[in-house]
Amino acid sequence: MSATSRPVGEAGQRPALVLRGLTKHYGGVPAVAGLDLEVRRGEFVTLLGPSGSGKTTTLRMIAGFTLQTGGTIEIDGVDMSRVPPYRRDVGMIFQNYALFPHMTAAQNIAFPLEMRRVPRSEIKRRVADALALVKLTGFGERYPRQLSGGQQQRVAFARAVVFGPRLLLMDEPLGALDKKLREALQLEVMHFSRQLGATVIYVTHDQEEALVMSDRIAIFRDGRIEQLGTGEDLYNRPVSLFVADFIGESNILRGDFTGNGDGGWLTRGSWRWQVGSASMAGREIADGAAAWVIRPEHLRVESSGAALSDGRNAIDADVKEVLYLGATRKIELTLPDGQTAVGRESAEAGGIWRSGDRVRLSWAITDGVVVADG
Amino acid sequence: MSDSWRSPNRVLLVALGGLTVFFLVVPTLIIVPMGFSSSQILTFPPPGWSLQWYEKMLTDRQWTTGFLNSFQVATVTAIVSTVLGTMAALGMVRGRFPGKSLANALILSPLIVPVIVIAIGMFSLYVRWKITGSIVGLVAAHSALAIPFVMINVATGLRTLDRNLEMAAQNLGAGPGRTFMRVTFPLILPGVLTGALFAFLTSWDEVVVAIFLTTAKFRTLPVEMWEQVRQVVDPTVAAVATMVLAVTTTVLLLVFVVRRQAPAT
Repeated sequence: MSATSRPVGEAGQRPALVLRGLTKHYGGVPAVAGLDLEVRRGEFVTLLGPSGSGKTTTLRMIAGFTLQTGGTIEIDGVDMSRVPPYRRDVGMIFQNYALFPHMTAAQNIAFPLEMRRVPRSEIKRRVADALALVKLTGFGERYPRQLSGGQQQRVAFARAVVFGPRLLLMDEPLGALDKKLREALQLEVMHFSRQLGATVIYVTHDQEEALVMSDRIAIFRDGRIEQLGTGEDLYNRPVSLFVADFIGESNILRGDFTGNGDGGWLTRGSWRWQVGSASMAGREIADGAAAWVIRPEHLRVESSGAALSDGRNAIDADVKEVLYLGATRKIELTLPDGQTAVGRESAEAGGIWRSGDRVRLSWAITDGVVVADG
Repeated sequence: MSDSWRSPNRVLLVALGGLTVFFLVVPTLIIVPMGFSSSQILTFPPPGWSLQWYEKMLTDRQWTTGFLNSFQVATVTAIVSTVLGTMAALGMVRGRFPGKSLANALILSPLIVPVIVIAIGMFSLYVRWKITGSIVGLVAAHSALAIPFVMINVATGLRTLDRNLEMAAQNLGAGPGRTFMRVTFPLILPGVLTGALFAFLTSWDEVVVAIFLTTAKFRTLPVEMWEQVRQVVDPTVAAVATMVLAVTTTVLLLVFVVRRQAPAT
């Protein structure tokens, strides 16, 4: 579902946004600790992370509301580090939309144009165009309180893009909405910004939203970017347990790793698993504590007596719970040392397993990814 | 609802409310018929009805100039204290400077210090500065009394204002000045107007400070009433009181209108 088909700037083109060593301390406590990020023109980049990981602080520094302690912010090749927010020419959509309650939708959208002293007739035309873009033609005379949550969101979008900003910043703009509306608006926001070819920096803590909307996702942890990549990169090739845990559901099998140049072995008690080179994701891992991250769909739940086919690893487990989820069944399992694991099977299979069954879990030696533990 | 109506709490509430009305509102309201009295002296109930005291009020120069003086002083006081009180509120809510809580306490002190103390203090100083008996002196004094009301009303508006709106304005290209004029000020306007109306009222019916700072040549309406009541007790003063009450009530109704018109955020 990730939007890889968007027109994204050529490799040689000047990036739309460059952050270098961006740092913010609050009374000595680092909220953002030396961040580097390059965003290509037309790209949709999501800053994803738990609350307090520094993603909102980063966005506010890009907008100019918060002054960085160190590092630089370059927008379209211009150093904006010391430029006040009203001269940065970036559009922002706030979590609560921040529509001016004393102005109509049209007046809200006209505001940035008036600030730029655009001629009256041109303002009128561009406001009409912006309203048409967000499919709100005819709603211009309404006040924000006379609009639904979704309509307010669209007015906020129109207001943020009508002046042709160099960047579009969004701070959890869908956070306040219910799930159904949120999903509809995710697609809308994607559609609108793609239509404009806008460069978008999007902040959210919702990993599903990030996967659906972004060209690339930056996973934030403790004021740093833990991993930057496409949704597929993050899902299939997480660089750490933190990323694996944050994106999607995963099983984490901890053990001791011994490399042999091309792959290696992971041992855990009496179990010894072969690590295929594909599961190393092209990275070197030092011998020692490591963990195998396996997505539930790669874990096969088998009867404990079955013969193990070549190129597969296995571990015993007990079925704790089988949950019917419509298209699939989720199988919650307990490993011999008490840790939990999750498997999935098609609901059409008829439900072979029952709570309390002893089973064997197996996976291909090239599935999942092995990362250092700790 | 019908059960709670007979509960002891309810009975107590009604009794207390009734007493309040009796002792506060009734004395105010009996002034009204007294002004329409046919009697030559201030009595209640009036023996008959006439409009002669209203005629006297509207034709007697002492009353008409008193009215004009009061209206002028109250209007200028409202303007001066609204400007200063709004600026004070901005400083108190948004500013960060040493001695802020002391400044806050000083600005609010006229609410706490007995008015007679303020009046004597102002009189001693204003005599030296030679601004007693002038509109300037009275406006300065009344503004000091009225600024707290403006500041409290505006500060409340500022504290409930969503800061994101000001950030949005800046993000959209408005500098600090235009952010204030186009976003902050329109949104705190209800508080500013309410403060202005309260400032007007503070001056409009103020008598203690005004007695000290006015002279026979320059009197406000409340002072004129005070002087007249002490000398002649004819019902004109009841007619004037009714008019003062009418103005006050009108201004208070305006406060309600302003509050209702406030944009819902």
